[in-house]
Amino acid sequence: MELTRKNKFTHALSAAFPHTLPVLAGFLVLGIAYGMLMLEKGFGPEWSVLMSAVAFCGSMQFVAITLLTTVFQPVEALILSLLVNARQLFYGLSMLDKYKGFGKVKGFLIYTLCDETFSIASSVNPPEGVEPKYFYLSISLLDYLYWGFGTLLGGLLGGMMPFDMKGLDFALTALFVVLFLEQMKKKGNWIFGLIGIACALLSRVIFGAENMVLPALAIILVALLAGRKKRCN
Amino acid sequence: MQLTPIQIVITVLAVALGSMITRFAPFVLFPEGKRPPEVVNYLGSVLPPVMMGLLLVYCLKSVPILSYPYGLPELISIAFIVIIHLWRKNVLLSIGCGTALYMFLVQAVFVA
Repeated sequence: MELTRKNKFTHALSAAFPHTLPVLAGFLVLGIAYGMLMLEKGFGPEWSVLMSAVAFCGSMQFVAITLLTTVFQPVEALILSLLVNARQLFYGLSMLDKYKGFGKVKGFLIYTLCDETFSIASSVNPPEGVEPKYFYLSISLLDYLYWGFGTLLGGLLGGMMPFDMKGLDFALTALFVVLFLEQMKKKGNWIFGLIGIACALLSRVIFGAENMVLPALAIILVALLAGRKKRCN
Repeated sequence: MQLTPIQIVITVLAVALGSMITRFAPFVLFPEGKRPPEVVNYLGSVLPPVMMGLLLVYCLKSVPILSYPYGLPELISIAFIVIIHLWRKNVLLSIGCGTALYMFLVQAVFVA
């Protein structure tokens, strides 16, 4: 029986949905935290959902809150986003083959290739009889919608939150602490974690809280390339 | 809110552009099975832990250390997160509990 395009998509969607459940839980919590945090900083759901829909890059969106609440610094925003998201370069490299030949759908798959979508899409194969294109599209689309929905909820709920939100923005510090620990678990990573902390602290002490980012990035790049050269020699 | 709506939109687009360049670049640079240069491989493999270290310092950059409460809420909460994360290994649990503790500390314990 030849399935229609719509049926194929519905079929793939139901096959993909269970795989995305952990992301649903995670993105709702963090999306709500993000929407509420944005609201606390003076940005309503129209802004937080715009950011989530257009940028769709979890931890960088948290970083961007700081960029939105200090001075206008689009170049730093772009560079920081490039470096924070540099890991995504390698998600792309891993998905070159799997996403091959998907036509118009491919653009959306790449646009929404976040940590979570990558981890599912790179480890799960579409079940028998499910069209791969629609299977991967379903995973990407669901994750994308969870994040936007969580953000919207946070932005809408935030205003009627029955409790004091003071300190809620520590969620992002907590996020970085945990992701830092996750990074440290990987073999040989601790030295690079220390390089990041050391270079950032150095830059913070020399250049001050407001101007630390770009110098820190420059110091890090020099340190990494010098370290690599030394290792090669 | 200090930025104008136009400046906010530009910042959103800058963040999005940065993210999208990293997502699209591999597909643009390596349309067929080309291999990336070694230095790119190297940076990509070591930047994630380096950047997490930077972000950790970055988000604590304005914490007052020399005046009350001497960065104690942050220090206690981060220590708590490290312990609970090494113990339970659950990302969301660690983030949730750590944030709750911090909110309790700054709202009820270290009240200025």
